[in-house]
Amino acid sequence: MKGRREPASGPLQRLDAGARAIFPVSLTAFLAVMAAVPIGPPSLVIALALPCVFFWSLFRPAAMPPLAVFALGLLADLLSFQPLGVGVLLLLVTHGVAMRWRAVIARAPFLVAWLAFSALALGAAALGWLLQLVLTLQWPPLAPPLALAAMMLGMYPPLALVLSRMHMAMARAEDALR
Amino acid sequence: MIRLSIPLRQALARMSLPVLLAVAIGTLLLGRADPQAVERARMMLADVLSPVWAAVQEPVQAGRDMVAEVRGLWNLRTENARLIEENERLRRWHSAALALEAENALLRRQLAWIPDPAPHFRTARVVADAGGTYARAVLLAAGPQHAIRRGQVALDDRGFAGRVTEVGARSARVLLATDINSRIPVTIVGSRARAIMAGANTARPRLQHWPEGVAPQEGERVVTSAEGGAFPAGLPVGVVRWSPSGAAEVELYARLDRLDVLRLFDFGLSGILPPEAAPRPPPRARPPAPPAQTAAPSPSEAPATTPPRGGGG
Repeated sequence: MKGRREPASGPLQRLDAGARAIFPVSLTAFLAVMAAVPIGPPSLVIALALPCVFFWSLFRPAAMPPLAVFALGLLADLLSFQPLGVGVLLLLVTHGVAMRWRAVIARAPFLVAWLAFSALALGAAALGWLLQLVLTLQWPPLAPPLALAAMMLGMYPPLALVLSRMHMAMARAEDALR
Repeated sequence: MIRLSIPLRQALARMSLPVLLAVAIGTLLLGRADPQAVERARMMLADVLSPVWAAVQEPVQAGRDMVAEVRGLWNLRTENARLIEENERLRRWHSAALALEAENALLRRQLAWIPDPAPHFRTARVVADAGGTYARAVLLAAGPQHAIRRGQVALDDRGFAGRVTEVGARSARVLLATDINSRIPVTIVGSRARAIMAGANTARPRLQHWPEGVAPQEGERVVTSAEGGAFPAGLPVGVVRWSPSGAAEVELYARLDRLDVLRLFDFGLSGILPPEAAPRPPPRARPPAPPAQTAAPSPSEAPATTPPRGGGG
């Protein structure tokens, strides 16, 4: 991993650094808002936000602080008509797991990262189902969490591809600065 | 962002995550306790974001249209094949129709056939159901200088509905085919057999007096007959249905339970009903009586409904 950024020298550079710092969270929020366009299933919001949070927590944890994860979860919950708090919990757990295994997963090849994410996605879907069970006190259907997990699994590779390009670009810009 | 050393930041993160998890659970409970607040927040967010979504919807809709377009193009081939096949079939029918038309013209020339005059009709709005002498009759609103005469034939957009029985200064009453006083001479198209369609105050009038040996078949078309000079031949009436109790009934094409407007045709026929300029006031109600020559009682006909009235009403 790289060291800290050099202190920004001018206002433009500071602006640049600030933009880079808020980029992961704002991109995730933007994707969540776009996913809420009423054309797809409502669980698309969380299915997009969760891989983003996972990715940025792995590769740019400074730009994905827990408080931002909490806000993103709140946004996702409000957008996707879930019980308020479910998405928050899922995203926070994702963030926590990613932070815990960061040292291993971030250096591993993509396939391993994907496998780890798969396990995490299944766990998150199961947790969502469990929360629903606890909240409504009746057996929720099994199909939605399975569909959610499948969606996240399928969405991770293309998302990771695009996001890693962005991450590389930002890293190059940071290298150029010092 | 406040610059902190990495260990400190990590320590903060380690501390903040459990706190936030607890807050998340608190949020969960809060959402359970006050769903209305959550709904309000949701609606506020939706209000803020709806312009964005409206803007996004445009390209999405365009993309969708394009997909539909591509699918349409994809289907064009099968559609084309189907249309060619259908066109072939229609062409055969077209030639058949042309041949029949030519043959018809030829026969007419040989018979010195007098063509039917194109009937005049006027359309009147139905303003009231029932009322008056009959159980099944409707009142039509007509203008002050209407030319509605008694005996005119009323059709709705699908088929025969009834006949004008009373004419006032601004209105006219139509006796519907379902009234118990209604007797309509009809032809059963399949066998060309004449019969009488008698109303029974039910939804389906009954068929009576068909010639022996040609019982009406289920599903056969029924049209009016020119017998008696009250109706032109060939107005669509309905189809034959055998009721569970074994009576031949006619399912009318006209939807008599939801009449809005009626077309009143003047075929220039004045059979059976006396002309308007009768010396004495015309009887208030006279259903079209069955022509005597077709009234051959059928052996299978069970109910003897009220006989058509003869003179005064």
